[in-house]
Amino acid sequence: MDFPVRIPIGSWVEKIVIWLTENFSGVFDSIKSVVEFILVQLDTFFVWVPWPVALIGLTIIGWTVAGRKVAIITAFCLFGLGSMDLWTIGMSTMALVATAVFISVLVGLPLGIMAAKSPRFDMFLRPVLDGMQTIPSFVYLIPAIMFFGIGNVPGIIATVIFALPPMVRLTSLGIQQVDQEVIEAGVAFGCTPMQLLLKIQLPLSIPSIMTGVNQTVMMALSMVVVAAMIGAGGLGSKILYSIQRIDLGVGIESGLAILFIAVVLDRILQGITHKQQKAIMKQK
Amino acid sequence: MKDRIHPKIRCENVWKVFGHGAENIVSNWEQYKTMNKVERLEKTGCVVGTRSATFEVAPGKIFCLMGLSGSGKSTLLRCINRLHEPSFGKVFIDDQEITSLNPQEMRTVRREKTGMVFQHFALLPHRRLIDNAAFGLEVQGLDKKTREQKACEALELVGLKGWEKSYPYELSGGMQQRVGLARALATNPEILLMDEAFSALDPLIKRQMQDEFVKLIKKVKKTILFVTHDLHEALRIANHIAIMKDGAIVQQGTPAQIVLNPAKGYVEEFVKDLPKTKFITARDIMQKPDMWVMPVGSTSEELLNKMNKNNLRYAFLVDENQQIKCTVDYFSLRSSNGSSISIADIPKDQLSPYYPLITVSGNTFLESLLNKAADTKVPIVVTDSQGRIEGVISRETMLVSLQSA
Repeated sequence: MDFPVRIPIGSWVEKIVIWLTENFSGVFDSIKSVVEFILVQLDTFFVWVPWPVALIGLTIIGWTVAGRKVAIITAFCLFGLGSMDLWTIGMSTMALVATAVFISVLVGLPLGIMAAKSPRFDMFLRPVLDGMQTIPSFVYLIPAIMFFGIGNVPGIIATVIFALPPMVRLTSLGIQQVDQEVIEAGVAFGCTPMQLLLKIQLPLSIPSIMTGVNQTVMMALSMVVVAAMIGAGGLGSKILYSIQRIDLGVGIESGLAILFIAVVLDRILQGITHKQQKAIMKQK
Repeated sequence: MKDRIHPKIRCENVWKVFGHGAENIVSNWEQYKTMNKVERLEKTGCVVGTRSATFEVAPGKIFCLMGLSGSGKSTLLRCINRLHEPSFGKVFIDDQEITSLNPQEMRTVRREKTGMVFQHFALLPHRRLIDNAAFGLEVQGLDKKTREQKACEALELVGLKGWEKSYPYELSGGMQQRVGLARALATNPEILLMDEAFSALDPLIKRQMQDEFVKLIKKVKKTILFVTHDLHEALRIANHIAIMKDGAIVQQGTPAQIVLNPAKGYVEEFVKDLPKTKFITARDIMQKPDMWVMPVGSTSEELLNKMNKNNLRYAFLVDENQQIKCTVDYFSLRSSNGSSISIADIPKDQLSPYYPLITVSGNTFLESLLNKAADTKVPIVVTDSQGRIEGVISRETMLVSLQSA
C-alpha cells in the first residue's frame, strides 16, 4: 500500500545546504582557515617533540596526577606506539583529536552553561544533542564536504559534531548539581550572576566538566576512521587503507595504536578529574 | 516612649507563595484558609511558605523565628534579603523599602548591610578558610591585601586564628560554622541573618557555640534575625521570639512572655515541658514596691497601719534615693509600741537580723531565686544597678509563679 504523502525533506535540506554554500562561502572559508591554523600548530608541535621527551614527559604527568600504576601504563602504551613505527602518524592523530576537543570545549562549555541557566534553552538543545549523537556520522560528512571541501578540516568538524554533546551535557549537569545552599550563600553576599558563575558554579562543577572532556576525547578518537573517509590524515587513513587492501597487519597495528593513545589520554584525564573531585568532595 | 527607636528590620504583611497564581491566594485567603497543604496544592498548584508575617526587629537585638520544619521560618528569613522574592507585602531595612529595589541596589544591600549564615555552612570547599572568610569582601571588589587582613580579623574573632591556610574539609562541623560566621562578619554588616546556624551541630558543640555567639554578639553589636526549630536555643539567645506555624506567626514576645503566657494551643503545647524556672527572671514576676516601702522617718503607727492594710509581715524603709535602709518586722514593731520611729530608733532586732535582706538584679532566673529564698523569710528585693529598689518578690508571688510553671 502506498503512503499518502511524500514529504521531500531530503531535497529541502539539500537546497538549504546548497544555498548556504553559495551565499556564506566566506564564513565557511574563515572557519576553515581558523581550524586549519589550530591544527597545523598542534600538529607541528606534536610531531616536532622528540619521542623520548614526549614519552618521559607524559609518564611524569601520569605519575603526578594518578600515581605509579598510570605512569607504568602510559610508558608502556607510548612505547608500544613507537615500536610499531607509528609514532609520527600517531602524533598527527593526537593533533587531530586535540583540535577537535579544543573546539568542542570552546563551544560546549558556553552552551552547557546556557543550558544550565535557561530551562527553555535546555529544552531546545536537548533534541539537537540527541540528534548529533544518534544520526550516523556518515550522514553529516556530506554537508561537511560541501561546506569545507575534502581534507582534515571537514573531518575535524564532523568529529566536533559527534563529540560535542557529552561536553555540553556534563557541563550543564555539573552546574546544576552545585549545592543550592552554596549558591544561596553566593547570592546572599551580593554576587552578580557573572561572579556567581566564575567563583562558585564553574569551580564546583570542574569534576563534571572534566568527565565531559574525557568523554569528548574518547568520542573524538572513535571518529578518526570516519573522518579519514573525507580526507583526514593520521591513523584513521592508515586503517582505511588497510580495509581497502584487506591488509590485516596494518589494520591491527593502527587499531592498537589508537587504543594506546586512548588509554594514555583516558588515564591521565581521569587522574585529573579524580584529583579535582577529591579537593571538592572531601568536604564531608 | 513617644519617639521610639526605628526598627532595623521591619516586615509588613509579608507573604511568600510558591507556584503560579500567588496573588489569587493572597487576596482570597479566606477561601483557602480551611484547606490543608495537600488540598491547596492540588487545587491551586501553590504552596504557601509564609503568610501575613508582620514583625519588627529593634537595632542590636536578637530576634528568633521559631517553628518546626515547614513552618515557613526559613522562607521568611530569605524574604528579608530577597533570596526568595516575597509574593506580597513589604520588607524594610533601616526604613528603606527592600522589596522595591532593583537587582543592582539589592546587591549593594546584600554586600553592605546583611550577612548570612547557613545551616550546612555553605562554605566553598575548594578555597582556604581565609579565602572563604574573605568571600564577601572579594565580591565587593576589595583588593587582596585589605580583604585578607579583614578576613584574618574575622577568623580571629571566631577563634580560628592559625587556621587561615586550612581547607574546610579539614575542620569539624563546629569549626566550619565558625568560618561561616567569620565570612558573615568579615564585611562588617549591621544585620546577620542566621538560618538554623547551629542546628547541624551536635548538642555539646551547639551549646558551646550558642554561648560564644551571645558573647561575640555583645562585642560586635549586630542586629540578628535567627531562625531555629529549637525552642531551647531560641530562649537561650533571643531577646525576642516569634513562633511560627503553617507559615504564620502565632505569637511573639520576649522569652519570658512566651513561657509565662503562651498563646492557647500550639505554643502552649510547645512550652509545656519546659523547665520554666530557667527562663523566668525576677523582673518577670516582681511586684511594684509601693506596697512594701515607707520613707525613712515614718512613725511606727504609720508603718503598722500600712502593714495592716496590706496584710504584710515585713516592710522596707527607704531613703529619698530609693535605697533600702532597713527591714521592719510587723511583730517586733508592734511589741516595741514606740510612737515615732527613725532608723536610729529601731532596735537592732527589728532589722530582722535572723532573716538577712536579699537583693537580686532583675535578670536573676527564678531557679536561683528559689535557692536564695530558702535562706530568708523576708521578701526578696529586686534592685537596679545603682541599688535602687525596683520591685519586690514575696514568697507568695514566687509560689504562684512556680505553680504556673
